[in-house]
Amino acid sequence: MELLAKIFAMAIAAIFVQNFVLMRFLGLCPYIGVSKKLDSALGMGMAVIFVMTMASTFTWLIQTYLLVPLKIEFLQTIAFILTIASLVQLVEMIIQKTAPALYKALGVFLPLITTNCAVLGVAILNINEEYTFIFAILNGLFAGLGFTLVLILMAGIRERLERAELPRTMRGMPIAMVVAGCMALAFLGFSGLKF
Amino acid sequence: MSIILYSIATLGTLGVIYGLGLAFASKKFHVDIDPKIEQINEILPGVNCGACGYPGCSGYAEAVVRHGAEINKCAPGGDEVIANIAKIIGMEATSADKKIAVTHCQSGGTNNTFFRYKYHGISTCKAAVLVSSGPNLCNYGCVFQNDCIAACQFDAIHLDENGMRIVDKNNCTGCGACVIACPRNLIELVSIKKRVHVLCTSHDKGAVSRKVCGNKTACIACSLCVKKCPVEAIEMQDNVAVIIYDKCINCGQCTDVCPTSAIFDPLKEVRAKKKAEAKAKAEAINKQPEEQKPTETLEDTK
Repeated sequence: MELLAKIFAMAIAAIFVQNFVLMRFLGLCPYIGVSKKLDSALGMGMAVIFVMTMASTFTWLIQTYLLVPLKIEFLQTIAFILTIASLVQLVEMIIQKTAPALYKALGVFLPLITTNCAVLGVAILNINEEYTFIFAILNGLFAGLGFTLVLILMAGIRERLERAELPRTMRGMPIAMVVAGCMALAFLGFSGLKF
Repeated sequence: MSIILYSIATLGTLGVIYGLGLAFASKKFHVDIDPKIEQINEILPGVNCGACGYPGCSGYAEAVVRHGAEINKCAPGGDEVIANIAKIIGMEATSADKKIAVTHCQSGGTNNTFFRYKYHGISTCKAAVLVSSGPNLCNYGCVFQNDCIAACQFDAIHLDENGMRIVDKNNCTGCGACVIACPRNLIELVSIKKRVHVLCTSHDKGAVSRKVCGNKTACIACSLCVKKCPVEAIEMQDNVAVIIYDKCINCGQCTDVCPTSAIFDPLKEVRAKKKAEAKAKAEAINKQPEEQKPTETLEDTK
């Protein structure tokens, strides 16, 4: 029971309180770039969830069983990036095979997950917070969920904004920035939440 | 020492494992891409200019093969690329309706512009037009800080002896960079087949534009060309004559009636020559009808 409570607390923390996009400000590029359409936002979110979970798994294993015993922790960044890049390539292949339409919609942002700092962020945070293996995986999963949630919220808002009558100067990117700021403010409300 | 070896070994092993994994995955998740797409992608110029209306050269290549897009959309590639694409997809080459830039202002040199003040600021057109409506009296004309020349990647815009901008139609690829660069919107992409252009965009009233134009070639909105045009291809839009290029037949009659030569027709001399020749011929036939006839019959009998 205590384990479940712990997991629940972790989920709330990763999804809301310490949301990667709106509280830690990681992964802002796809947050603005892929949030124009709900469909592609959903696809992107799924891809990021997958990559984050897998990255958490592999990086934790690499860190614990390779880098630490060999005392080469300084290679953390490069080893993690190597892992993430390979995973993204794998995801790209899978998506291209199974969902060509999604592959097209995501475009350049799919390979750019490699440089999505949220993915590297979750991998390094797992190590810094000294999570156990299971918790590291779960943290990756929840971080991805948080990212997806914010991305979908943003896409929903922006789809509606398309139809709104905005002043010409505010159309497109400026209003997206304002919306992003408002969402970050709203998520600030979660910051007192603790279990 | 051992740390260096461990580092190399670790990263090397990781790299090899990932590489093998990806190689396996690429076999497993192999997607058959039409080889034609790759072939076309290779022969396209690869500048990703977007002139075709598709996202980059690869997007266009895919559109051609998959969705049967027209093969003559690549402006920088020109006829050569069209011919090559045609070869690949086994279609007959249809020549592109090549578009080139046309500068709709005949003023804009140091010799043929009237100044409001002397401009000493940053030498870009964008900055110059911001200083009390630009240095030249005409609020619509070229301010000759040469943004268009700087924007042109293909060395297609040159200055003539008056400092006017001349578009080299051989070099111009119709990419439209100058169109974006010009803050006064003087440049337009027009099909190379259309030769007659109104070289003025002044929306001032006739008297004003006549006064401010340093080249004395402003459109004064007299509407003579509108009346003269046999195919109704000229419209008066807010005090300036605008040729509707879809209808224009290059007859050049508007050039003849224009009192300020705001309408430019590069074929004018050719036309005049042809006309004179035709006239001379007609006169010759009228004068000696009897001599003509026997020669014709002689030829017939041969």
